[in-house]
Amino acid sequence: MKFNIYDLSSFTSSFDQLLMENFSPFWAVAIEMILIGIAILAFYAVVGLYLVYAERKVCAFMQCRVGPNRVGPYGFFQTIADLIKLLMKELIPIKNADKLLFNLAPFIVIIASFMAIAAIPFAKGLHAIDFNIGIFYIMAVSSLGVVGILIAGWSSNNKYSLIGAMRSGAQIVSYELSVGLSLITIVILAGSLQLSTIVEAQREGWFLFTGHIPALIAFLVFLVAATAETNRGPFDLAEAESELTAGFHTEYSGIKFAFFFLAEYMNMFIVASIAATMFLGGWMPFHVGGWVAFNDVMDFIPPFLWYIGKTAFIIFIMMWFKWTFPRLRIDQLLTLEWKYLLPINLVNILIMAFVVLMGWHF
Amino acid sequence: MKSIFNYFKEIFVAIAALLKGMKVTGYYFVHPGQIVTQQYPENRASLQMFERFKGEVVMPHDEKNEHKCTACGICEINCPNGSIEIISEMLLSQEGKKKRVLSKHIYHLGMCTFCNLCVKTCPSNALKMDQTFEHAVFDRAKLTKVLNKPGSVLSKGAEE
Repeated sequence: MKFNIYDLSSFTSSFDQLLMENFSPFWAVAIEMILIGIAILAFYAVVGLYLVYAERKVCAFMQCRVGPNRVGPYGFFQTIADLIKLLMKELIPIKNADKLLFNLAPFIVIIASFMAIAAIPFAKGLHAIDFNIGIFYIMAVSSLGVVGILIAGWSSNNKYSLIGAMRSGAQIVSYELSVGLSLITIVILAGSLQLSTIVEAQREGWFLFTGHIPALIAFLVFLVAATAETNRGPFDLAEAESELTAGFHTEYSGIKFAFFFLAEYMNMFIVASIAATMFLGGWMPFHVGGWVAFNDVMDFIPPFLWYIGKTAFIIFIMMWFKWTFPRLRIDQLLTLEWKYLLPINLVNILIMAFVVLMGWHF
Repeated sequence: MKSIFNYFKEIFVAIAALLKGMKVTGYYFVHPGQIVTQQYPENRASLQMFERFKGEVVMPHDEKNEHKCTACGICEINCPNGSIEIISEMLLSQEGKKKRVLSKHIYHLGMCTFCNLCVKTCPSNALKMDQTFEHAVFDRAKLTKVLNKPGSVLSKGAEE
């Protein structure tokens, strides 16, 4: 088995062969699915926990505070301690709640984000499943999370939860449009919905640069709409602490609350990695045409680090949004989408189609 | 035409305003020197409390073990929580005049809300707020303190 950090496809394919030689095809596929499931589950937990830590640190620095600094060096194990606390807490049963839906909702939310991770290309060859409609699949699956939020709000039998859930529904129905349309702009440029093809098309230059103005507009629109779609930042009307206590997860405690919490951060990770893949070239290194020595240095950095770096950059921008801007009112939220983002987006698609037809992109 | 111009103008003005806000938080993010948090247990030796901080009520004594309390009881009357009790005794002076003398100024720290009314109303400035704040004890009884030191007497000039 060859292990090459620049091209993991030889590693994964030789591992696949090894399994196929020793087991029947059914068991080989089953073992692969279980291994990938465990790997993604571990990745999910680690990334979720450390995004919470990163968020608390970023927020603290922006507010002239220190942030968590007691558990381990620089508070590095704080969120692990928090998770252990949440695991040990009592799951409080709610009187008059719809028991089945109440218990089902956190799983719907977490499964939606879990399914989306499977189709994200982390590095060359490190790609659990490469659909030919990859980006479409991710959009479809990641927006299922709102069903879980609506169920959570409805089944809690609590007016604050219901208001929070309805707000979240209105928000996702409108912002899903902008997210989809801004991604379609890039799909026009790439000419494919398959994520591996989209990443490969950015070998010579990331779409943010090769698509110039329309790609830049699409990127900005996507950043705003994606922040809204994850119920974060200035768009966190669904859980608006000051108005609705905690919105849809008011009545949840212990590990069920932790599921909502983790899913929120994983959704942020997923939209950040979509942005990194569609606009910033995924795991492709940064290349400038003609600068051979510079390109060689960039190639030396492994693709996985490129991917993580770009995703971290987008996540940082979204945290920066959250800790800078005040929360929008529901009417301002819908005005922003229907009067500004959507018309701009539609015109932008036309411009992009024109640019691609005329061959004006690089 | 004007409305279209205004529509785009609004967008750019809004983006500029948002960037202005992000500049401020971004500045704080890259300047950790701006952090104002006091890392308390570590900096116990160098910790400076603010002048207006009110930790507990104390009765200052001078080097001759004299305080200024005349046992008038105004602080006891003014305390909203009844956390001050004054135990005084009547003594006959040499001229045969009755005189009230403080025997115990009892202060219940556990009931005190640090409102500063006792310090403000004291006619002879016998009380003041101290800046100590580590008041945690394992026994509630320890929160009841006697403010005048044993054997202390009223200072000579305090009664005028």
